[in-house]
Amino acid sequence: MAEFVMPQLGADMSAGKLLQWRKNVGDRVERGDIIADVETDKADIEVEVFSTGTIEKFLIQPGEKVPVGTVMALIHEVGEPTSAVPAPSRELAPAPAPTPAVAVLPLRREPPPSTAEVTRLHISPVARKLAADLGIDPASVSGTGPGGRVTLEDVQRAAQAQAAKPSVPAPELDRATRMRQAIGAAMARSKREIPHYYLSTTIEMSRAIAWLAQENLKRSVEDRLVYGVLLLKAVAMALREFPELNGLWIDGKAMKKPEIHVGVAISLRGGGLVAPALQNTDRQSLDELMKRFRDLVQRARAGSLRSSELSDPTITVTSLGEQGVEAVFGVIYPPQVALIGFGKIVERPWASEGQITVRPVLTATLSGDHRVSDGHRGGLFLAAVERRLQEPSQL
Amino acid sequence: MSTPDIAEKPVVNREHSLFLLREMLRIRRFEEKAAEMYSLRKIHGFLHLYIGEEATGVGAMQAFTPDDSIVATYREHGHALARGIPSTVLMAEMYGKATGCSHGHGGSMHFFDVSRRFYGGYAIVGGGLPIAVGLALADMMQNRRAITGCYFGDGAVAEGEFHESLNLAALWKLPVLFLCENNLYAMGTALHRHQAQTDISRKADAYGLPSYAVDGMDILAVEDATKQAADFVRNGKGPYLLEFRTYRFRAHSMADPDLYRTKEEIESWKGRDPITVFEAKLRELGLLTDADLSRIESEVAVEIEEAVRFAEASPREPVEDLLKDVQGSATTLPRS
Amino acid sequence: MTRMTYREAVRAAMRKALKEDDRVFLMGEDVGRYGGAFAVSLGLLAEFGPERVRDAPLSESAFVGAGIGAALGGMRPIIEIMTINFSMLAMDQILNNAATLRHMSGGQLSVPMVVRVATGGGRQMAAQHSHSLEGWYAHIPGIKVLTPATAADAYGMLLAALREPDPVFLFEHATLYSVEGEIDETAESFDIAQAAIVRAGTDVSLITYGGTLGKTMQAAGRLAEAGIEAEVIDLRTLRPLDTPTIVHSVAKTHRALIIDEAWRTGSFSAEISAQIMENAFDDLDAPVARVCGAEVPMPYAKHLEEATLPQAEQIIAAAQEIVPRHG
Repeated sequence: MAEFVMPQLGADMSAGKLLQWRKNVGDRVERGDIIADVETDKADIEVEVFSTGTIEKFLIQPGEKVPVGTVMALIHEVGEPTSAVPAPSRELAPAPAPTPAVAVLPLRREPPPSTAEVTRLHISPVARKLAADLGIDPASVSGTGPGGRVTLEDVQRAAQAQAAKPSVPAPELDRATRMRQAIGAAMARSKREIPHYYLSTTIEMSRAIAWLAQENLKRSVEDRLVYGVLLLKAVAMALREFPELNGLWIDGKAMKKPEIHVGVAISLRGGGLVAPALQNTDRQSLDELMKRFRDLVQRARAGSLRSSELSDPTITVTSLGEQGVEAVFGVIYPPQVALIGFGKIVERPWASEGQITVRPVLTATLSGDHRVSDGHRGGLFLAAVERRLQEPSQL
Repeated sequence: MSTPDIAEKPVVNREHSLFLLREMLRIRRFEEKAAEMYSLRKIHGFLHLYIGEEATGVGAMQAFTPDDSIVATYREHGHALARGIPSTVLMAEMYGKATGCSHGHGGSMHFFDVSRRFYGGYAIVGGGLPIAVGLALADMMQNRRAITGCYFGDGAVAEGEFHESLNLAALWKLPVLFLCENNLYAMGTALHRHQAQTDISRKADAYGLPSYAVDGMDILAVEDATKQAADFVRNGKGPYLLEFRTYRFRAHSMADPDLYRTKEEIESWKGRDPITVFEAKLRELGLLTDADLSRIESEVAVEIEEAVRFAEASPREPVEDLLKDVQGSATTLPRS
Repeated sequence: MTRMTYREAVRAAMRKALKEDDRVFLMGEDVGRYGGAFAVSLGLLAEFGPERVRDAPLSESAFVGAGIGAALGGMRPIIEIMTINFSMLAMDQILNNAATLRHMSGGQLSVPMVVRVATGGGRQMAAQHSHSLEGWYAHIPGIKVLTPATAADAYGMLLAALREPDPVFLFEHATLYSVEGEIDETAESFDIAQAAIVRAGTDVSLITYGGTLGKTMQAAGRLAEAGIEAEVIDLRTLRPLDTPTIVHSVAKTHRALIIDEAWRTGSFSAEISAQIMENAFDDLDAPVARVCGAEVPMPYAKHLEEATLPQAEQIIAAAQEIVPRHG
């Protein structure tokens, strides 16, 4: 049984009114015959039927207005094409959902900070950000911008004033304080913007330590390798398999970096921290790494690092073993996407092959940017580092 | 000037005649199916049917080779079919599917097929003429013996681009064959209401190129005239304008209630239906039997059903690919 | 390196292109016998002949459309539209065909056409000859819009444009033709995607392109005397816009001032301002400021024309408004 439906008779037609049927029930019709007159917004149109057969039934009466696609009549088809060519589906395309009126959202204003008054504060975006980073209440800053707007300079001035002793005129911020501020701002931003996840694993270090002891017998005291260099190399080589951790987050996108430059966190005398890069860490021999690491530390503490060393790191390793910390859960340095922490080597009971012995172990941690990697990959990475430390001669 | 005159001496042989008839029927049935699918909301937007004008599209296309270029208008389904673009990808294009000749980006008005040198499909009346002039310029500058066939309607003759293009083509003797399908109406405005000079072929005189007016309902006359004009152009003598006097039996588009024409006028032209007239002529000459016609109709029906099935079954382009092909990469070189 | 005027640089680039690639040809009004309305193509007809340097009738639509068709047919046309004012007559071909054919054909068609257009006001040419409508073009997907402000860019960007697979529009500000600069004729490739920091600074980012670059640099010099170090960015290309360079600069200076000769409302400076807001909101110490053309048809009288166009004084004043007074 074929259906005769209200046809689409123009691009913006949604419904039509049947004016009259031109045929009667029981009449024979042929494809192309005019079967009805339909009224649309534009005109009265003669409508043709696409089937050939006998009119079985009318479902719509003259005067009724129905949406396009409504079945108006049933036609008993005769002489269908041979079975080799089945009739095409006459299913009407589903009526498109009526176009929803474009919702005009009311302008949503950010709720003012909970500590602020109801009166609106006029402060520039960058000034607001710096005030937040420094923990200064913007409402307490007097604004010198147009209309009393608080500007960047105003906040900076306020910060200096707060730091100064009341009887002493505010001195120019010294380098250490400025560095602290910069670090603070960077760390606050990192925590704010980067969704951190943390993983840790315990690495059994007896093989690595034994190997290292052997190697150091072949070296003079000045050239001796420290175990930290093994850690750096293990990380660098493991990163080859996990390039997503060796990249940067720039302009809202992860950008993998082809070279591996591990940044090493070095604490400075008098407070402060830098994390300059050991370029191409994965391609250096342990001796080279040792030499360059020693050189980096010395120059870092002397304040003579190159700017490329500061901007190159694709990932950072921080080791607080010497400070007696067992595990480090660090904050990622943007725009990097991962940070690896190593704690101190401690002796712990170790169960293996059904026996308990005492082994030197080390806790390795990964702080990962969840936009770029997930626990599954992070876990595999730490396992790769662990594996490499079990075969120190391959480092 | 309208010399050289086209001497009408059409050739009639059975094989070719049946081919021409079949080509016209393919277009007629394709258009009818397109109308049906539009009313069932499978095809959207604008749909401009070629029913009644099949003789001009098919007849004129016989004068072109695969090396030639074709430019047409938004009423180009017939030209696309006559040029050899499969009805499957044309139907799919109107369905908006990824398998359409324009990947679903163009729809009914923008058929393109570079491999067959079919350069569109233009919705701006007159917009294709300068492009045809450029294609011809490229052929001439690269010493190719190809020509460009440019189809347009009587409405285009009012646009400045028609005049600019004829002038430029004549001035530089470019190998363009301008083919005006005069169906007497620019959408809803009759020719005598939009042209002070209604003899379109005469307009060529102003630009110094030859022209000729042909009965567009007589496929053999169309074919013959176009072949002779194409030879002229191919021999480096510059452009030519042919005016085909024809008529569309349906409204301007599916959205047009056709209030500006009388039923009598339409019926009178339907009496000159190029397909029925040609059928009758071939029967009279003993070149067409009922069995021939029946066979052709059923083969055409199978083809059209297959086109619909193909379109229905084809996938849509993923939305993720929306912004592809806005610009090419720098390594994309144009086809020569 | 060779020193020459902007005009000579464009001519040199066209000469090189015409010599090295048979597919290249120049077409436009008065480009041949007249030598070009701005004398850019002087001598090219004599050197390359009327097939390669074609004088077109006053039919912008036809010859721009023919350029499109020729590009489709395998040529590499350089179409010269005498001025952006007359380009309106070809807008249908430009928008509906040149910019659209690739996508509309499902990626089949490529239109490697280069269009050079003189633009801008400042020579008392009055209302119908002084428009600055590059922003309208930069609105259209499918084309590239370049605005070389130096002789070096006038040379290099044209040669680079001829290698692009899609239409490229080069807008040459009419007041720049006699300005001199150094060009490197031996260079192999030229960038058309990056903005240039032509003056580094820390206090405010002055963002501009084309004909207003000179005045902006003048303003920057005078601002420096007043203790304000301005960073000046020459956008070079409007579409695609080099947003990262702009954002990087604003992150550094915290203040942006855009200088655009076009009428303020809906001008391209509004687009740049929106992008700065979207990408560098947290770095801003003041709203993004603009110095634009006055919203009036360009008047003829010199003092009125000067009042209509951005001048160094306005740029300086606008910069001083947003940069805090230094103690």
